[in-house]
Amino acid sequence: MRTYHQLTDPDRSGLPQQIAAQRRRVAEQLAGVRRIVAVMSGKGGVGKSYVTAHLARALARAGRTVGVLDADLNGPTIPGLLQTPPAASPPTLGLDGVKCVSMGQFLDEGAPLAFPGPMSESFVWRGAMEASALRELLGDVAWGSLDFLLLDLPPGMQRYMELCDLLGDPPAVLTVTIPTSESRDAVRRAMRAAVERGSVLLGIVENMVGGELRGTAGDDLANEFKVPVVARIPWHPTPDTWSALGSRL
Amino acid sequence: MKFLCVECDQQMAFAERQVPGDGTLAATFKCPKCGRVVAMLTNPMETQLVSSLGVEIGGRTVPAEAFETVGKIVGTGGGPAWSSDAQERLARVPSFVRGMVKKIYGDYARERGIIEITPAVMDTARAELGLEGM
Repeated sequence: MRTYHQLTDPDRSGLPQQIAAQRRRVAEQLAGVRRIVAVMSGKGGVGKSYVTAHLARALARAGRTVGVLDADLNGPTIPGLLQTPPAASPPTLGLDGVKCVSMGQFLDEGAPLAFPGPMSESFVWRGAMEASALRELLGDVAWGSLDFLLLDLPPGMQRYMELCDLLGDPPAVLTVTIPTSESRDAVRRAMRAAVERGSVLLGIVENMVGGELRGTAGDDLANEFKVPVVARIPWHPTPDTWSALGSRL
Repeated sequence: MKFLCVECDQQMAFAERQVPGDGTLAATFKCPKCGRVVAMLTNPMETQLVSSLGVEIGGRTVPAEAFETVGKIVGTGGGPAWSSDAQERLARVPSFVRGMVKKIYGDYARERGIIEITPAVMDTARAELGLEGM
């Protein structure tokens, strides 16, 4: 009996072609974006969204055109941090004119992300559904001409992997950690995964420096991966803190 | 996905797609040589998995709308959508039990992976659940 690849007539459903069309749509919408930077960490609660929002504002104040895609579909916080107006069609303009797209702009206040579909064994399809939603946030938005598109990623590596598939080329990565050894160990795994996938590591932002949190996570990771610590963010940063970070990208 | 007529050693051609509205999908394929037709029937979970990729079995006849997936989430609040016919029918239910009736139909649809509640779905649910008069 012949196998799939031995049947030469095209698959009428054209699923590979449909997927390719989706990818083209993403590429077309991002054609005017000069630089895509994923802000990520293997650790939750280190301030990725906070860093992303303030970095975006600093870049915008320096005269760059900047967009932020909030890739945290389940816990979107960018609309709040950039104070985007409610119920506007994406991309909306937030503080300092930063363009923003987030699932938070679509969901009702406080509503969880919930997909229609069969309830039992929903883990089978939920990941695919989230990847589709992410693709739409990237590819169904008229981003226009941007100097920077910052991608605010949730903890873990799943969203990063999805983005690599959607973008074709892996995005450059800015890593956020806090000083602790626990954060260092989690972030190390994420950085290794990013390197293995082919991302360029731009550097490390060490957040929440100078308070109760002790450790040398930033320096440890910088030495291990041969990348700079591009910023150490104190508990009470000033606009200059963020401007300095923006100038190092 | 391709189908092979083993007897004829011929690739079968896609013929028809049906979406019964109960979360399942039926697609038929025909052998161009002997004319034999087979049907592929997918359960709600399988149907949802394909749908989640933003693709359509049988091919797309119209380009994808912007925010198709996101729209499903927002339009339904995570629950099934109600067709306009079904909404009209629901509106005829006395107001003091309307919320309860809506929840019963919503739960019925969710459990079966039905994305949109139509009058046909309501009829099926009534028959299966014994909801006479709702």
